[in-house]
Amino acid sequence: MKRFDLGFMFSGKNASVLGGVIAFVLVFIAIQPIQKRSNSNNLELLHVSFDPTREVIHEINEAFAKDWQKFNNGKVQIYQSHGGSGSQARSVADGLPADIASFALFTDMESIAKKKLLHPSWSKSKGVMAPPWNTAIVFLVRKGNPKNLRDWPDLIQQGVGVIAPNPKISGNGRLAFLSAWGYMLDKGHDDFETRAFLKNIYKNVPVMDASARASQVTFYQKKIGDVQLAFESEALMAVKESEGQLDIVYPSISIKIEPPIAVVDSNVDSKDTRLLAENYLNFFYGLEAQRIIAKNGYRPFDVSILREFESKFPPMKLFDISLVGNSWTEVQSVFFGEDGVFDQVFKAIRNDGKN
Amino acid sequence: MMAKIEFGIRVQGVILVAFIQSNKGSPLPGLSLSLGYSVTYLSLIVLIPLSACFIKAGSLSPTEFWTIVWSERTRAAYSLTFTTAFLAALINAAIGFLVAWVLVRYEFPFKRFVDAMIDLPLALPTAVAGLVYSSLYVESGWLGQFLVPLGINAAYTKFAIVWVLVFTGFPFVVRTVQPVLEEIEPEVEEAASILGASRLQVFTRILLPTVFPAILSGFAQAFARGLGEYGSVIFVSSNIPYKTELAPVLIVTRLEEMAFPEATAIATVLLAASFGILAFINTIEIWSKRFGK
Amino acid sequence: MGNKTIITASLKKKRPEDSEWVRYLLTTMALGVVFLIIGIPVFHVFFRAFEKGPMVYLDNLFGNPNTRHSIFLTLSIAPRVVFLSVVFGVSAAWAIARFRFPGRTILLTLMDLPLAVSPVVAGLVFVLIFGMQGWMGEWLSANNMQILFGTPSLVLATCFVTLPYVVRELIPVLETYGEEEELAAVSLGANGWQMFWRITMPNIRLALVYGIILCNARAMGEFGAVYVVSGRISGLNDTMPLRVEKLFQEYDMPAAFALASVLTFLALVTLGVKTYLEKSMAHQKADAGEST
Repeated sequence: MKRFDLGFMFSGKNASVLGGVIAFVLVFIAIQPIQKRSNSNNLELLHVSFDPTREVIHEINEAFAKDWQKFNNGKVQIYQSHGGSGSQARSVADGLPADIASFALFTDMESIAKKKLLHPSWSKSKGVMAPPWNTAIVFLVRKGNPKNLRDWPDLIQQGVGVIAPNPKISGNGRLAFLSAWGYMLDKGHDDFETRAFLKNIYKNVPVMDASARASQVTFYQKKIGDVQLAFESEALMAVKESEGQLDIVYPSISIKIEPPIAVVDSNVDSKDTRLLAENYLNFFYGLEAQRIIAKNGYRPFDVSILREFESKFPPMKLFDISLVGNSWTEVQSVFFGEDGVFDQVFKAIRNDGKN
Repeated sequence: MMAKIEFGIRVQGVILVAFIQSNKGSPLPGLSLSLGYSVTYLSLIVLIPLSACFIKAGSLSPTEFWTIVWSERTRAAYSLTFTTAFLAALINAAIGFLVAWVLVRYEFPFKRFVDAMIDLPLALPTAVAGLVYSSLYVESGWLGQFLVPLGINAAYTKFAIVWVLVFTGFPFVVRTVQPVLEEIEPEVEEAASILGASRLQVFTRILLPTVFPAILSGFAQAFARGLGEYGSVIFVSSNIPYKTELAPVLIVTRLEEMAFPEATAIATVLLAASFGILAFINTIEIWSKRFGK
Repeated sequence: MGNKTIITASLKKKRPEDSEWVRYLLTTMALGVVFLIIGIPVFHVFFRAFEKGPMVYLDNLFGNPNTRHSIFLTLSIAPRVVFLSVVFGVSAAWAIARFRFPGRTILLTLMDLPLAVSPVVAGLVFVLIFGMQGWMGEWLSANNMQILFGTPSLVLATCFVTLPYVVRELIPVLETYGEEEELAAVSLGANGWQMFWRITMPNIRLALVYGIILCNARAMGEFGAVYVVSGRISGLNDTMPLRVEKLFQEYDMPAAFALASVLTFLALVTLGVKTYLEKSMAHQKADAGEST
């Protein structure tokens, strides 16, 4: 019997081609591309969201899974992904197969819509027009508010450390910037004064993190700065978590934040998960989820639940995006686009530093 | 018996080598196969992906490219990246030489253990390094509580970035200098001191010039590592545009703003710098081989 | 990169001695530096991880399904990456150390590229290829495949950064041993595989293990490259280092340090095995030197 001989691999003209083919095959086996559409009967959803919603979405997911189990007698697994709002939108646009997306800002939703991931009528959907939650920017300060920071003008004092994330990539960062801007416009100041005001606030920022949560870690865990410009929900959670080490201060005016949530149409259609995804989204408006939302510090959409948690959410004077610009899209490019207001403010700070 | 066969094989081998050297082209098998495999794999994993980066950056017009890579903010990021990496490499050159010297020349307890630990920064994930350094040096940290009142802030400052880069680049200089120091013949030093040179003169005139190429090579390796470092610096950098925003951090920022051409343009410049350093290291190695002996 | 200290015979001769206080001063300084840069951080990791006792530590590691999954994921990615790097390392080292061909130096330089490229760029290039706005994104999506934001892209990015590790260790060893034995085997009629497994493999064995150890350490610990290509989905594509960062951001410092301590422990094991191998290799080399 002739032994099977592999020696042929080492000679002959085609050996190099053979080597190339082997490389291809081995790499392919090792990386095993994922099949986008899962054929299994396991129901799975992926909710891609912005940074400070980790806990609330986790709780809602558990409630939804229980609910689904009860009425449809099937298991459903919901995965979560969190990060800076802008960077999460980038990932979805780049192909992260989200079934549900929620972002801090309208414009982040718009940017994935531009990649044709959403139905053309996306901006009229309930999750965008009337999101299940809303919140605002508040001041998170150290116990007893030692620097006595009451309102936006207090932030420009020398020696006050202001923690806020980078407006270029973080929703929290943009909204904090716009809140301060809105305060000045509301008081009737002109563009020039407003810019100078913003310059003086951002001069006081010692650390500019990539996302809301990273800022929170900087302020709360690493104890840097005197005030954090945080989402109300994040601030409430931090106060609870810190057991009295932190306090909330409500400024005289702040921006109304309505984080949009939507079913990512092109993904649910290719993954065949539309029914589940829409059920999931509707679940956010149910009483159970609304209560979870309120418990986690977001102001719920449902008026009855909001009344139930009245003591937790003192009334605030909130302004709409229309105060600072015509639309989110315009505000985005005017303020945070290349060489926009934010870049100019920072250049001014740098030039001040030079002199 | 075995030894005899082995000897026979060796002799035959030596004859064959002589034959081939006169004949060119090796009779050993596997050139095409191994070359086919390695070139394909290298292309799949490294070359094609990297060329994607260059082509993407190439889709910009020269003026666009220039405005991006030379905008004030990117310039500030480059200059911060280069200065911090340079400073860290410089510090590493000094302390790396010191540590290599002590490890080669002196005896002390646990020497083997200390020697082994030098390579830790290569084995430890950079994210862990960043996590630990940031929690050590903040005001409430183990070292921060002593340093911050002294006015030394090693978290969220340029100093913090330099210090973390010192950690990640620490082994390079030690490991390049160590073997060179070991190879210096004692006779050379002896001869010099017999001829009347002081210890300091021996050091500056004989030892330092001999190990200098090694220090330079280690310095360049630490520098290159520092230029690209990301995992550890994001934990300690405060990312203030123009002040403490590093180029790799800026690339990620641009990427997350969906500004792909900008991200790739900045990456291209960083790549070119790394190429340059790589070429520099190779030149030093060739140079030191040629003149070192 | 490697520490291949060969204690040469000449070392045993006496060098001119430095005065005692110089010795003490320099040794103290050097040890101080090593302690400050390496000792304190390592100690700190384990201290913070075990602060609340071993039960809490274990719960932090294995109680959370997402943390468990990150350990599993890292353990499944690293072997694949190591395997690919080993096959590449052996074949490239064979071609480069045993043959002279046009483009050899270029190949040698290109292989070192991943050491010079920022890991972030290493991740970025795969986004540029497999992302929806990249070269292959549309096509992959149309064919119902996904590479970015999942295990495939994590493997690819890790392969990129670890590519040079094995081959860099093998080339010098192959060059040291020379080709006499292999030529003899071939001339006696051995085919390629026989020659490789019987002659080449035993010679490069230790260096190969050394390369694998370095490659594995990097594969398990890579952060920058995988950060860019991961979908950051908890329980799906967080590797251990990514999970450390996430736990850190979820205020769960004890859990972050617990996971970090596992990575640190792996790093220490790596160093131990590495030191042992270096000794064995020095012996092997010395033996080879004696017998010729």
